[in-house]
Amino acid sequence: MKTLLKVEQLSIRFHSANDSLLAVDQIGFSLGAGETLAIVGESGSGKSVTALALTRLLPSPPSCQIEGAIELEGQDILKLSAKELMKIRGKRIAYIFQEPSTSLNPVFSIRSQIAEVLALHRPEIKDHDAEIVRLLDLVGIRDARKRLHDYPHQLSGGMQQRVMIAMALACQPDILVADEPTTALDVTIQAQIMNLLKDLKARLSMSVILITHNFGIVAGFADRVLVMYKGKIVEEGSASHVLHQPQHPYTRALIDCIPRLGQKKQRLTTIDYSEIS
Amino acid sequence: MNTPLLSVTDLKVHFPIRSGLLQRVTDQVRAVDGVSFDIEAGSTVGLVGESGSGKSTIGKCIIRLVDPSSGQIRYQGTEISNLDRNAFMSYRKKIQLIFQDPYNSINPRMSVEQIVGEALEIHFPNKNKAQRRQRISELLNLVGLEPKHLTRYPHEFSGGQRQRIGIARALAVEPEFLICDEPVSALDVSVQAQIVNLLQDIQKEFKLTYLFISHDLAVVEHISDQVLVMNEGRIVEQGPPESLYRDPQHAYTRKLLEAVPRF
Repeated sequence: MKTLLKVEQLSIRFHSANDSLLAVDQIGFSLGAGETLAIVGESGSGKSVTALALTRLLPSPPSCQIEGAIELEGQDILKLSAKELMKIRGKRIAYIFQEPSTSLNPVFSIRSQIAEVLALHRPEIKDHDAEIVRLLDLVGIRDARKRLHDYPHQLSGGMQQRVMIAMALACQPDILVADEPTTALDVTIQAQIMNLLKDLKARLSMSVILITHNFGIVAGFADRVLVMYKGKIVEEGSASHVLHQPQHPYTRALIDCIPRLGQKKQRLTTIDYSEIS
Repeated sequence: MNTPLLSVTDLKVHFPIRSGLLQRVTDQVRAVDGVSFDIEAGSTVGLVGESGSGKSTIGKCIIRLVDPSSGQIRYQGTEISNLDRNAFMSYRKKIQLIFQDPYNSINPRMSVEQIVGEALEIHFPNKNKAQRRQRISELLNLVGLEPKHLTRYPHEFSGGQRQRIGIARALAVEPEFLICDEPVSALDVSVQAQIVNLLQDIQKEFKLTYLFISHDLAVVEHISDQVLVMNEGRIVEQGPPESLYRDPQHAYTRKLLEAVPRF
């Protein structure tokens, strides 16, 4: 498998008036072409910050310091100028976020929000409407032509997330970063969206970085998993290996505390952080 | 057989849809459409369903944040759905609510002492300030916080700690019945386990009864004695979790169970 993205010695530090926080501590990982890599961990483990750092969507120095290297096919993203970065953001690495209702702009129609992406990154396209209808069809929105002028509030949460995916796919990115894409959705809708992502990934031969705390989703969709704890990668391996034979005590504890269907316990296991070095 | 602690019979909540120049009622949303169930004292009933199924509306109806369109809600045999404000006051003390989002359900401008103490001032007006403070400290200990947290504000706490503050506030009035509306949905799995365990511990200690509203089937299976499955305003299936999960009868329950990703 060809390596698409290579992260080396990445550290991210946030500074405030009288405090500094090391959010990501010298992590390294790679992403192959066509691969789905899951990053799991609790809030504050650094997983979302890592995802945002991939296109430098973080505050600028001095409040935030990024060190290390993020290489996209040999090009170090951390060394790019703002103008060069524009060609990566959205075009080569696109995002979908947790809460579709806050990611979409409530005062613009979905047509104009997707058209904005096309105008910026694909100026060769003349007929925006036709392309937007094609994209909305692709993500399973029925009667797309009739929905073009809908506003976000006219769509359900699942539909809004489909629009977000359509927008992310508008530039045929090489890498789709999905940061908790289904956390705000019902389980039945979650299943639809995850199946859609799986299908699109295969059809468009994208790589996916999936940030989640849901191990069920990891099991169903990821090839490889990174487990993050306090800014460090504590475990890395194939999804089935990490889920079924976790090596690090933190991974074991994190998997143990999840209630599972059909395996009722007297009491849920909690994480004893003092036992994790 | 004993009278159940809570008995809901043919509950309906219809919200009018108004449209046109005169804002005439043109249609209705049947949020809850003929729901009946009982909750035995000391037990936990889990209520599962998707967004829009009406599960939260039932919780709000019981505590009178929403008025039912028809049907009865009996608490220890007494009809409470038509009581006036003053008469319902004593039930407000017996029935408490814990909300989903620990970020929006506590006032960011109040200290922990004020948040938990407010309920004490209303329901225990005879306590003086020192007694109140003593009681708040006890409550904080109970939910795994410390008395030194008294003077702090919500932004100084994590999501799990805020949910503990919400639980302390609910326990302050010595309730019998807690409606937990998605209490762990916004939390990390590790914190979820702590809060679920805490809820089970205080249930045992104070012999509480729970209505546990959630979309997480595994958490509901873990905590409930009985499970109600709601879809489009109706209860489509109910039973103890062991049999309901192993052998779901209704197509909707099967669909819901199949959608849960497993590993």
